[in-house]
Amino acid sequence: MTARRTMRAVSAALAGALLAAPALAQDSVTVVSWGGAYQDAQREVFFRPFEEETGIRVNEETWEGGIGAIRARLASGGDPGWDVVQVEAADILLGCEEGLFEPIDWDRLGGEDSVIPGAAQECGVGAILFNEGIAYDRDALPEGPTGWADFFDTERFPGKRALRMHPAVALMGALMADGVPKEEVTAVLATPEGEERAFAKLETIRDDLIFWRAGAQPPQLLASGEVVMTTVYNGRIDAANREEGRNFAFVWDGSVGSFDYWVILAGTPRIEQAYAFLEYIHRPEVQARLPDAIAYGVVHREAADDIDPERLPDVPSAPENLAVSVTQDLEFWLENAERLTERLQSWAGQ
Amino acid sequence: MSAPAASLDAVRPPVRTIGRDGRRRLLAAGLVAPLAAFLLFAFAAPIIWILGYGVADNELASVWPRVSAELRDGGDELPPDEAVFAALAADLRGSQASRTAATAARRLNYALPGGRSLVTQTARALADRQEPDPGGGWRETLIALDPAWGERETWVALRQASGPVSAFFLLSAADLRLGADGLERAPPEQRIYLAVLWRTFAVAATVTAAAIVLGFPVAYFLANGPPALASVAMVLVLLPLWTSLLVRTGAWVVLLQDQGLVNGALMALGLTSEPVRLLFNRTGLTIAMVHISLPYLILPLYATMTTIRPELVKAARSLGASPAVAFWRVYLPQTLPGLAAGALLVFILSLGYYITPALVGGAGDQLVSYFIAFYTTETFNWGMAGALAILLVAATAILYVFYARLAGPRGLSLG
Repeated sequence: MTARRTMRAVSAALAGALLAAPALAQDSVTVVSWGGAYQDAQREVFFRPFEEETGIRVNEETWEGGIGAIRARLASGGDPGWDVVQVEAADILLGCEEGLFEPIDWDRLGGEDSVIPGAAQECGVGAILFNEGIAYDRDALPEGPTGWADFFDTERFPGKRALRMHPAVALMGALMADGVPKEEVTAVLATPEGEERAFAKLETIRDDLIFWRAGAQPPQLLASGEVVMTTVYNGRIDAANREEGRNFAFVWDGSVGSFDYWVILAGTPRIEQAYAFLEYIHRPEVQARLPDAIAYGVVHREAADDIDPERLPDVPSAPENLAVSVTQDLEFWLENAERLTERLQSWAGQ
Repeated sequence: MSAPAASLDAVRPPVRTIGRDGRRRLLAAGLVAPLAAFLLFAFAAPIIWILGYGVADNELASVWPRVSAELRDGGDELPPDEAVFAALAADLRGSQASRTAATAARRLNYALPGGRSLVTQTARALADRQEPDPGGGWRETLIALDPAWGERETWVALRQASGPVSAFFLLSAADLRLGADGLERAPPEQRIYLAVLWRTFAVAATVTAAAIVLGFPVAYFLANGPPALASVAMVLVLLPLWTSLLVRTGAWVVLLQDQGLVNGALMALGLTSEPVRLLFNRTGLTIAMVHISLPYLILPLYATMTTIRPELVKAARSLGASPAVAFWRVYLPQTLPGLAAGALLVFILSLGYYITPALVGGAGDQLVSYFIAFYTTETFNWGMAGALAILLVAATAILYVFYARLAGPRGLSLG
């Protein structure tokens, strides 16, 4: 821990002790997240310190995601009970269009430019960033792949490779391997020719491809030597290395980042408390504590300065990692995920 | 026998008999009622409800009532006339104001590539327009905003979605669709569900056949083997049933992988020099599914075999039948009710496998349930989930009727 971080922590604690107004003491805000180890980490670095500083109590809930749960909660009108909810990228646009979420007043959070690209949405504030990309076992493959071209190069890297049975990373990766620049991948994929091109590229490694469906599968496939490389979520690789002593490597180049977002449910009477919560966890020095606990990226542009330099290379929001990764186009996938999933399934099943 | 009974009837007033029978019947019905109610509410109703999603199609009508009504009652001309375009414009504005445009967008997107952005962008553009472009109607205005509104295909999709019921999801589940020129097959790269349905039945049939071949001798041993050994074997048959399905499937992943026990043994024995591919293909899936299904075949078969009197085979032998003939003509026919029940149970259970193919099978081994789960939990397209379920239930029912015809009344019993 750096001296600067210690200083900030001390001053934050002092400020909190002095400013915690008695009027806020009975206030509370209900925060809903994914539970498990992730919410334990959030409690440690976000919820408890926020309570201490502001005197606003955090009522925790957990949920499994799904826009239907929020629709049902708001259907009756009145107080939705939940205030701040963490949602997946797929739900942020839908919920915003349907008016389930309050539009975010970005001026209260330092403006949309305070966060990394993709984290600022009309109705959501980026909560975490996680990447799906190629990984391999350094012990089995000292000279590993460095990008998508290598994933499709069965001459240099013979053996099976695994992809998630989902069109996003599979098709974007195929296009990147075929020479499409990262920033143009979605635009190319949106054209019929680009779609054909992606499937044609997949066709070149059809016989060496297997597909995984559950996030726990790829580390196991690597560990057992079943595949020479696989796509995987960066957090799974980090956990395998830290907890099981593996020597897996994650290839950041061409990895695809996705955000989870914090939203404020429409019609909550505790909107001020909700903003107090979002403002607190939006501070770079507060966000910077999360990656120590769990290998997710955070969204504030300045947070990377406060993250432990030893830890930084494993964090998706590290500037070096951001520079070489791509983010999903939410609009495009909302419109095309179902059709492209059917096509990928149909192609893979032939 | 009959004479005393008749005389007893003559003495007893007939009214009381009916009363007692009636009360008995009432009591029986009362005892069954909780179970019947449970089955109705926890089993039959939800299934019917889910299947209903496969034909119900009222999402569009609920948010775009005007244009839906126009299209239901309107003529055959598509794209339609100005009145329908005006209704569409009014609905687009209304749904934008009430923030329900996303629902219409989602429904249109099912049938029309790009349908989502067509709706959301047009709705946004129309938000505060009360009047069409000067010098034209809503028809010209909408087509100027997006030429897709002038295409027949868009309107065929809209009319099909105008509700309250449609065959859209059922057609999609059969790789068919209503195009601009009527019913047509889906484009080749989107055809998937007929193949998946065929695959589901093929896998179920293979698993059932393999379970019969492997399970019959085991059941025979359980019923006729030395009691001490048979009871040990019985425990071995039952043990997997007490273990979670997920654990059993995971165990097969460990056993069958390239560096797994099975391949290790094969290579140590010199049977193969390279690992045999046993995982993520049909072989691995069949092995795992047969293992999971075996108890469901063995147990009914065993129950039937214990009721077969051994004297009958002995009698056949003493009358000159060879062991094979005695087995084939005397023993086997008596096991058929149990065999048929077990096979039917295994076959129908196999149609619903989901976790095992996802973890052990390859991309070409996913069964219908996988896609039903995909639509219910990932894309919330309950219409497609319901339609696939209808297709599966209907195909199973047809098969069952054939089976019942072939097997006769004895084969029908499940226990």
